[in-house]
Amino acid sequence: MFDFSEEELTRYSRHILLKDVGVEGQEKIRQAKVLVVGAGGLGAPVSMYLAAAGVGTIGIVDGDVVDLSNLQRQIIHTTADVDKPKVESAKETMQAINPHVNVVTYQDFLRADNAKDIVSDYDFIVDGTDNFPVKFLINDACVMAGKPFSHGGILRFEGQTFTHIPGHTCYRCIFKTPPPANAVPTCSQAGVLGAIAGMLGTIQAAETLKYITGVGELLVDKLLTFNAKTMDFRKINVKRHDACPICGKNPTVTELIDYEQGTCDLASHQK
Amino acid sequence: MAVHTLDITKEHCPMTFVKTKLKLAQIPEGDVLEVLLTEGEPLNNVPRSATEQGYKVLSIDHVEGNVHKVLIQK
Repeated sequence: MFDFSEEELTRYSRHILLKDVGVEGQEKIRQAKVLVVGAGGLGAPVSMYLAAAGVGTIGIVDGDVVDLSNLQRQIIHTTADVDKPKVESAKETMQAINPHVNVVTYQDFLRADNAKDIVSDYDFIVDGTDNFPVKFLINDACVMAGKPFSHGGILRFEGQTFTHIPGHTCYRCIFKTPPPANAVPTCSQAGVLGAIAGMLGTIQAAETLKYITGVGELLVDKLLTFNAKTMDFRKINVKRHDACPICGKNPTVTELIDYEQGTCDLASHQK
Repeated sequence: MAVHTLDITKEHCPMTFVKTKLKLAQIPEGDVLEVLLTEGEPLNNVPRSATEQGYKVLSIDHVEGNVHKVLIQK
């Protein structure tokens, strides 16, 4: 039990020194399997911190290739990675940070026909996506599979996140259905300050590690929002709704749905 | 109640306490760990950190030269 090499003891010493983590917590981190959906602005810091922390298995899902316009915020990729599949580039960076971590890549987008299978292999899921259809898909797949996840979204100078654990507030308890396609601009249309991705992604990484180790209080039934222009952070109480279309008393969402994306997103994915 | 031993006289801070925590994690609740350490940082930090993190420091004794023996109960 607790078979850590000298190299690992030194690598993880700052975790082990923490009373709340210790050798036991580091072992839980090593045993954990976390899925990161999206190797973009949020997925980058999430994956890098989880790899550095020593999460034993990290799955990463993304069907895109690295674009020059990603590098302003997606710090897991470098200029030399342009045109490379994002999951490959992400895996290389994670393994360069920590060779002990097993990285499983899914060079594909999460869809209604693959989400359940992929999610089922993991203990915790992190939403690092940039569009509503996939955010709802992650929520629905996790609620149906009884999996906890961290929701995250950023736009311009703002971010929001909450953590779902089974039996508590889900994304659809707060936002019933996706907004109409093109009603809300995406990052690619509206822009985002690069560092906002780091601010929110590292909150998600911390929530993931808190969940794994059982330390502290998660953002469960609480939606954290911030505006970096004023650096105002707010925690809004949210609650599970009996009328929620997926986790309520009479669910109307009983299978996974591929919602229509905004035309701008489709155009960029088909390019 | 068994007594386990750990020599960290060759270690430097913070690996002194990291090694102590690893050994404490590996022994059963209630057992005692005898830690050999040197004066200065290790002697100042290890007993204090062990107490802060909920372990019981039973005794601190001088052994020889700059080496001391600390008994910590899990």
